[in-house]
Amino acid sequence: MGQLILRRTLYMIVSLWAISIVAFVVIQLPPGDFVDTMILRIVQETGEHMEEEEVANLKRLYGLDKPMVPRYFSWIGKIVLRGDFGRSFAFNKPTAELLAERVPLTMFISFLTLLITYVIAVPIGIYSATHQYSWADHLFSGVGFMGLATPNFALALVLMWLGFRYFDISIGGLFSTEYRLAPWSWGKLWDGMKHLPVPLLVIGTAGTAGLIRVMRGTLLDELGKQYVITARAKGVDERRLLFRYPVRIAINPLISTVGWLLPAIVSGEAITAIVLNLPTTGPMLLQALLFQDTFLAGSTVLFLGGLTVFGTFLSDLALVWVDPRIRFERAQA
Amino acid sequence: MSGPDPALPPAAAAEAAADERYYVASQWQLMWRKFRRHHMALAGGAVLLFLYLATGVAGFLSPYEKATRDADYLLAPPQRVRLVHDGRLIGPFVYSLERTRDPETLQRIYTENTGDPHRIRFLVRTDPYKLLGFIRTDLHLFGVHPPATLYLFGTDELGRDMFSRVLYAGRVSLSVGLLGVTISFLLGVVIGGISGYVGGAVDTVIQRIIEFLISIPTLPLWMGLTAALPPKWPALRVYFGITIILSILGWTGLARVVRGKLLELRGGDFVVAARVSGATAGTVIRRHLLPSFLSYLIVHLTLAVPNMILGETALSFIGLGLKAPVVSWGVLLTSAQNFRTVALSPWLLIPVLFVVVTVMTFMFLGDGLRDAADPYK
Repeated sequence: MGQLILRRTLYMIVSLWAISIVAFVVIQLPPGDFVDTMILRIVQETGEHMEEEEVANLKRLYGLDKPMVPRYFSWIGKIVLRGDFGRSFAFNKPTAELLAERVPLTMFISFLTLLITYVIAVPIGIYSATHQYSWADHLFSGVGFMGLATPNFALALVLMWLGFRYFDISIGGLFSTEYRLAPWSWGKLWDGMKHLPVPLLVIGTAGTAGLIRVMRGTLLDELGKQYVITARAKGVDERRLLFRYPVRIAINPLISTVGWLLPAIVSGEAITAIVLNLPTTGPMLLQALLFQDTFLAGSTVLFLGGLTVFGTFLSDLALVWVDPRIRFERAQA
Repeated sequence: MSGPDPALPPAAAAEAAADERYYVASQWQLMWRKFRRHHMALAGGAVLLFLYLATGVAGFLSPYEKATRDADYLLAPPQRVRLVHDGRLIGPFVYSLERTRDPETLQRIYTENTGDPHRIRFLVRTDPYKLLGFIRTDLHLFGVHPPATLYLFGTDELGRDMFSRVLYAGRVSLSVGLLGVTISFLLGVVIGGISGYVGGAVDTVIQRIIEFLISIPTLPLWMGLTAALPPKWPALRVYFGITIILSILGWTGLARVVRGKLLELRGGDFVVAARVSGATAGTVIRRHLLPSFLSYLIVHLTLAVPNMILGETALSFIGLGLKAPVVSWGVLLTSAQNFRTVALSPWLLIPVLFVVVTVMTFMFLGDGLRDAADPYK
């Protein structure tokens, strides 16, 4: 077990390192840099002309005069050694500060969505498998297909429209106006809780629909196996029979799916947050990309990627813990 | 064994004949038989075929050109097609729209003028367009003669007909999926094939890379990559750029399927038998391996298309994907970004319906194909 954790940890570190390179390179791909974008804006707005020397000075100030490789190492070096994520050009603030404002909420919403996805999908999956082709099974399948087919942002738009049209409420944002800038209090917490259901519904729908299908499929396979038939022939209580083995086995793939469910949730969270104007990392990333705010965009992608890699790492460990067969196999090897 | 066996009763004979047909049918015939029983998949396939054909001849089916603007009717609501006017059946027609302004909010209010019916004409000559991209014509399947208007899905904030635009946009949205899947297919088959065929260290490295790519949240990465497309690029090049970006992350699943199937089949008895009887590697791959997993590839491709369509729609919606003057369903939805506009003009959300229907039909089709892919089960 100790060796397994060590190996997975190493693998996680290599993945994080790879993500940091991908993030940095991708962010640098657009032609021009932050200074160019800024100068273009200034020229467009004021018509002022900038001397070449001034431009060069600005570039030196932001460290944009060096080639990409040294810049990458200076960026990643500071992150690893000092926890310094660089400065955001556009906000003129340390990137770490901006991330600290938004990352916790992203993590909270992603985690909560994941949890709710399981809480809803597992019972429905079990019900659908044990009542195959009942009207409820068909209903869940139908709703599930709709959920998979509707883009997150479109669902958010439709809900916003319904909320405005029929309930006369605006469901954008995570806090009402009076709480938006207020410090944390019980009132603000309660206000946030009231706004949460819509984003959770929007982000969680596709994942829940997918998971119900996986759960139903695996459980159906399990229920047709001979050990189930044998147990039933021996007169084992139907409920005990279901939960003792088939459900336990069907839950395993669910844990290993965290690896793809989590990236999907983080992706969905990003776009939903842009539409619903949630104070999470999604809108910030979009802004950073549009302004070529290199360090902010790179660090955000790094964080989101890191979040999913870490989630996958945890799910790997959980799988070993839950499934004695895997534990046994690994111990033998 | 030909003809009914006289020793059997008629019912059993019929059954035996059915069995006989089953045994001699080719793999593809069996698949088609099984697929035909999946009604949802058949319906899905039909709807998709219709969508592709309809958007293909979008110019002919839409009453207006995609960029035709009507400054008198900004954000006009959909006009209802009616049949009965003044108690008389006069064929399909619409009432003209009358515009007034709310004296307080200064909002435009459109009301139907029920005294002014306009018959919908068939095969009318109005806006010029190019059919299939090269036949210059101005013939439309249906429309009304100006100054009458025919806005079946309403108009957008610039007074352009949503119905026509949705049809034109479908062309781009639907083809992004197909083109992207083609690129993914090539990447997936080549990389997955190498992985499964060579094996060993190469296989391990490729599998690790795939696992890594799957673990990255796609949307932030897509956002980063599309932001990298130069804003000065012409529309067509941006379109190809976006498609390539979408397929860069799309090939991983396919590569896994190809590799898994190759590994599974490589040691199969029929492959060994072919090899022993002196078949070359090329023959083994072409005659024995490819047909065995081609059906799985098709299933996987069908299920990969919706992801591409959803990806393009989302990227265009937030302004990082395709941009006007190109129209796709995502581009059309950008005018629905402001939810006050949506609240007052919900018809701007109509493209969502098309996205949902397209994606669902692809999923049903894929489901049916998956069942049919293994007809011996």
